[in-house]
Amino acid sequence: MLTHLQRDPATLPRLLLTALVLLVLWPGIQISELNLGVLLQADNAANMGRFLADFWPLAHSAEFLQLLGRATLETLAIATAGMALALLLAVPASLLASRALSLSAAHRQGNPSAWSKALRWPARGLLIVLRSVPEIVWALLFVRAVGLGPTAGVLAIAITYSGMLGKVYAEIYESVDPRPARALLIAGSPRLAAFAYGVLPNAAAEMLSYSVYRWECAIRASVIMGFVGAGGLGQQIDLSMRMFAGGEVASMLLTFLLLVLLADQLSRVLRERLL
Amino acid sequence: MSLRLAGVGLTHANGQVALSEIDLQVARGERVAIIGPSGAGKTSLLRLLATSLQPTGGSVQLLDCQPWQLGNRARQTLRARIGLIHQAPPLPARQRVVTAVLAGRLGQWSWPKGLLNLLYPLDIDGARAALQRLDLGEKCFERCDQLSGGQLQRVGIARVLYQAPELMLADEPVSAMDPVLAAHTLKVLNDDAQQRGATLLASLHAVDLALAHFPRIIGVREGRVVFDLPREAVEPAALEALYANEQLQPSHSEAPTTGSVQIPRC
Repeated sequence: MLTHLQRDPATLPRLLLTALVLLVLWPGIQISELNLGVLLQADNAANMGRFLADFWPLAHSAEFLQLLGRATLETLAIATAGMALALLLAVPASLLASRALSLSAAHRQGNPSAWSKALRWPARGLLIVLRSVPEIVWALLFVRAVGLGPTAGVLAIAITYSGMLGKVYAEIYESVDPRPARALLIAGSPRLAAFAYGVLPNAAAEMLSYSVYRWECAIRASVIMGFVGAGGLGQQIDLSMRMFAGGEVASMLLTFLLLVLLADQLSRVLRERLL
Repeated sequence: MSLRLAGVGLTHANGQVALSEIDLQVARGERVAIIGPSGAGKTSLLRLLATSLQPTGGSVQLLDCQPWQLGNRARQTLRARIGLIHQAPPLPARQRVVTAVLAGRLGQWSWPKGLLNLLYPLDIDGARAALQRLDLGEKCFERCDQLSGGQLQRVGIARVLYQAPELMLADEPVSAMDPVLAAHTLKVLNDDAQQRGATLLASLHAVDLALAHFPRIIGVREGRVVFDLPREAVEPAALEALYANEQLQPSHSEAPTTGSVQIPRC
C-alpha cells in the first residue's frame, strides 16, 4: 500500500489538465484569427494616430458640459435602475438555484438527494436563459418595443444582469463554509432563516463586491447600449463620433474613467465600513 | 423514553463503517456521558442522535418520533426539540455573539420573526442570561471572531441553553477549556438538564470529568458500545480495555511500563 503512495496521487491529473488547457488554447487563437501584426502596419497606425490626435483639446464649452452632465446622470440612472430591477429577480432565483440551503444535504454530508438536485434545475435554467442573450440584443429589441430612450436600456440591463447576479450569488452561497447553515437546519431552523444567519454573514462581503463591480459593468453596458439608441453617454459618444468631434469623445471617455474610479472607491468604502 | 436505538449501523459513503449494531435506550431526564478513544464513533453517534446523519441500518426513535419516517416539516419540528453542541461551534466570524445565541430558537420562531431578529435582537435579556450562566455576559455585543476558542465554545453552549431543547447532545463541549472552566461548564449543563427534566448526552475525552458529573457512562470503541454502566460500576479494568491501543504499545525489548494505562485528562 505504501509503495503506491510514494508519489503524489494528484500529479497525473494536474499534468493532464495542463496539457488540455494548452490543447484548447491553440485552436482558440487560430479560429479567432488573432494577428497582432496588423496593428503595426504603417497606414493602420497612421489612421489610429489621426483619430487620437483629434482628442486634444478636450471639449469644455459650458453648453457641452451641461449636455455631458445630463448624459452622465442618465447613464448612472440607467445602470442603477437596471441593477435594482435585476436584484429583485436575482436574489430569489439564486436562493432557489443554490444547493447551500438543501434540507436533504444537511443530513447527507452535503450531498443533496437526486430529487432535490432535480428541483434546482428550473431555477438554474431560468438564470441561464436570462443571461444567454447579450444585453445589446435585448436593447435593440426594447428600442423597437418602447421606442428610443433610457427605458430600453434599463430593461435590457435588468434582464441580463439578473441572470448573471443570480448565478454568481448561488455559487457564492455554495462556496462559503456550509457548517453554520447546516447546524441551524439541524436545529429545526427554517431555510430562509438558516440562510440569513448561517450563509449571509460569510457571503455578504463577496456579494457586495461582486454587485458593485456589476454596477460598474452596468455603467459600461449602458454606454454601449446608447449606441443603439438607449440613451445616456453612449448616445452622445455615437453622435460626437459621427461628427468627428474628437475633443468631445475624449471628454466623455474621461468621464467614464471618473465613473469607474467612483465605483471602485465606493466598493472599497462599503467593504471597509459595513463589514 | 427519550431515545431508543435498535441495531443501528452507520456506514459512510466511502464504505467506512462508523457505527455498527448500536442498541441504546435512554429515559427522559437521564444524564449520560459517552467516552472512548479517538475515532471510536462518539461524534458519529451524537450526530446520528441529532438527525444530522441518517443511519444506514436499524431503527432510531427520538422523543417518541421516528425521525426518518417523518416528512420534512415534521422532522424540522422534531429537530427544534433537539439541541446539539458542536465541538467546534459553527458560528460565522462576523456574527455578533447576541445573534449567534438567539439563533438557538430559530426552529421555534417563524421565519419572519427570525429575520426581524436579525435587524434588531428581540430578546437581548434572554441571550445575556444564557451567556451569564457561562460567565460571558459582557461579551454579548462582540463579534465571534474576537473571542478565543474556549469562549467560542461557551457561546455555542449558550445557544443550546437558550434553545432549551428536550434532548441535549454535546460533542466534546469543554475540549477547549481549562479544567476549572470545564468543570463549571459541565455543572451548568447538568443543572440545566435537571431543572428542565431534559435528557443530556455528552461525549468527553476526559474520563475523570465524565465520572464526576454523569450518573451513567457509555464506553464506545470501534463503532460499538463496549459497556453501558452506572458510574459506580465502572471498573478501572474496563477503562483500560476501552482505551488500550495495540499500535502504540511499546515494543517488547523496551523496559516494561507500569501496568496502568494513561487515561487522558483535560
